Amino acid sequence: MTDEVLKKLQVLAESAKYDVSCASSGTSRSHRVGAVGSAAGWGICHSFAEDGRCISLLKIMLTNYCKYDCAYCINRVSNDIPRATLSVRELVELTMEFYRRNYIEGLFLSSGVVRSPDYTMERLVRVAKDLREVHHFNGYIHLKSIPGASRELVNEAGRYADRLSVNIEIPNETSLKLLAPDKDFQQVFTPMRYIQQGVLQQAEERKHFRHAPRFAPAGQSTQMIIGATPDTDRDVLRLSSALYRRPTMKRVYYSGYIHVNTYDTRLPAMRQAPLVRENRLYQADWLLRFYEFKVDEIVDDAMPNLDLEIDPKLAWALRHPEYFPVDVNRADYEQLLRVPGIGVKSAKMILVSRRFAPLSSEQLKKMGVVMKKARYFITCRELPFRTIQELSPAFVRHQLTRTKKTDERQLILTFED
Amino acid sequence: MACVFRYDKTFEGLLTCVFHAYNRRQFPERLLDLQEPAGLFDDEVLEVLTDEALAGRVWQGVARLVRGEFMRGITSCWLSELPGVDELLFRYLRKLFDTKGRSVYNLADADVLACSQLWKKVSNECTRVIQFTRFQKTADGIYFSALAPIYNVYPLALHYFTDRFADQPWLVYDARRSYGYYYDGKGEVQEVRFAETIEPHLPKEKLAEGEELYQQLWQSYFKTIAIKERLNPRLHRQQLPARFWAYLTEKSPKFS
Repeated sequence: MTDEVLKKLQVLAESAKYDVSCASSGTSRSHRVGAVGSAAGWGICHSFAEDGRCISLLKIMLTNYCKYDCAYCINRVSNDIPRATLSVRELVELTMEFYRRNYIEGLFLSSGVVRSPDYTMERLVRVAKDLREVHHFNGYIHLKSIPGASRELVNEAGRYADRLSVNIEIPNETSLKLLAPDKDFQQVFTPMRYIQQGVLQQAEERKHFRHAPRFAPAGQSTQMIIGATPDTDRDVLRLSSALYRRPTMKRVYYSGYIHVNTYDTRLPAMRQAPLVRENRLYQADWLLRFYEFKVDEIVDDAMPNLDLEIDPKLAWALRHPEYFPVDVNRADYEQLLRVPGIGVKSAKMILVSRRFAPLSSEQLKKMGVVMKKARYFITCRELPFRTIQELSPAFVRHQLTRTKKTDERQLILTFED
Repeated sequence: MACVFRYDKTFEGLLTCVFHAYNRRQFPERLLDLQEPAGLFDDEVLEVLTDEALAGRVWQGVARLVRGEFMRGITSCWLSELPGVDELLFRYLRKLFDTKGRSVYNLADADVLACSQLWKKVSNECTRVIQFTRFQKTADGIYFSALAPIYNVYPLALHYFTDRFADQPWLVYDARRSYGYYYDGKGEVQEVRFAETIEPHLPKEKLAEGEELYQQLWQSYFKTIAIKERLNPRLHRQQLPARFWAYLTEKSPKFS
């Protein structure tokens, strides 16, 4: 470990930072004698970078040399940036020492493509294998599967890694072809299928042999870049929802495009990453995964993009006033989840608490329901508020999007000159 | 007739109070410390002697009525060490026994909700301790870390350290309460106290060889991984509260 490693670490972390995923959840393993570490099923963020993103894993590239020339990528071959390659020994030592100091949950390793996808993939797998078999590392490993890698290598990777991922990057094949001439959807979806088959096959195996080795127990994830192409939110969310229907897909990440290659005219010139749009997409993603929404309820042909001003659940509620008001003391779980201002936790709290006595608005507020929003959509023990039925959706929207804070009890007198 | 109990302000003492209250069918208005003077209108003062056996019986009674997670909730609330938490827990336990355990789900009840929120706060702090512990390897090979959590959460976080760092000797220290736990690398944990105040970052001569380089590596990794176009200081402070910064390797001014 020398100063040279310090420089390499800076260069390679710089190259890896645009990858969004840093989750360490999905695998629970306690300590084994002779091995180092454990994995907490809920995932632990050990630090938070100054952009507010979680640092859970040592997110780094094995090398940032790359033979591809993808327009959106900082590491494209035509970019003049410092390049470096870590040796397997250096990387393994870094991971182990960081892990022992409680800096990280494990390793998230990715790489630029050198020579061929298989050559690169093989080197990634070698690092994971070394960590697991030589150093008996029992923490979390997330490996990036290189698009176009062969089945044998993906299968080997699945034996050592907790999670595998292949990035889709662009939600539509024509745009992908335009921006990344060396890639196509085939290259991305084939490894995804290998991973899924591996996981399912191994799950079947474990039914018969309890000690059969596990295959990527935390499943797979993927990432899409938002705002680099003219694709609408409907295209993005339809693809995500199709991916979530696959049994092993745990997360789809959205990454607001940052204009790193300013000279490339195929890309839109943006001064600021589309952070609000990214946030709305994550909210829609949560609706798909935890709130039992269908993608067509969130975006449709009439509204292909999400409303940037209000969140997708509120937008749905305003489009469907006929569902409201919901009586919190009678409605079932699915109906409660549809109310803006009531989340998964408060819906569950309402379900268990209302068996004792009907709930009042004051109690709901204390439980954590956002009454500012929910008041227009519910009835509870007291006399009903003025709900969306009496007020109109347009009025509710106006009330909730007002930015200027005025005290409603204050009478405002305007003096004419 | 207002009645108050005096006890030694230990958790076992609190459980003993619950036992005596039910035994005498007399429920105290206040729970006082042994030295604390009784109020003007407190007519009857009962001094409760802590009894491990009686406390054990009450605790078993709780175990019969509710799931284990609620028992962890009760201990978490106790470890918040907030003034008045014993009276809150007393009311909570009383409701628990009176409804045969059903009351723990009644979040519309003010005491139950207060307990559940306090439990949440304490377990969040416990998570922060697990997240933000930064070990420094000392010259004698012990991994050392100090933090000053607002609640007494090290007893709750201990299982994480013994499980994850089972093969290395470590010492975690609560700088606010001046005590810590030492693990010998083989399976024994013991409580330790130091007379002198503990600095967050150990001086160079006490560190193992190469330790400073790893700290430097981590710090520069931390700086590099942030995307400059997306800086968000407000979110950063929210997730990494400033009260921990003094103890964090990546925030120490050492190498910058």
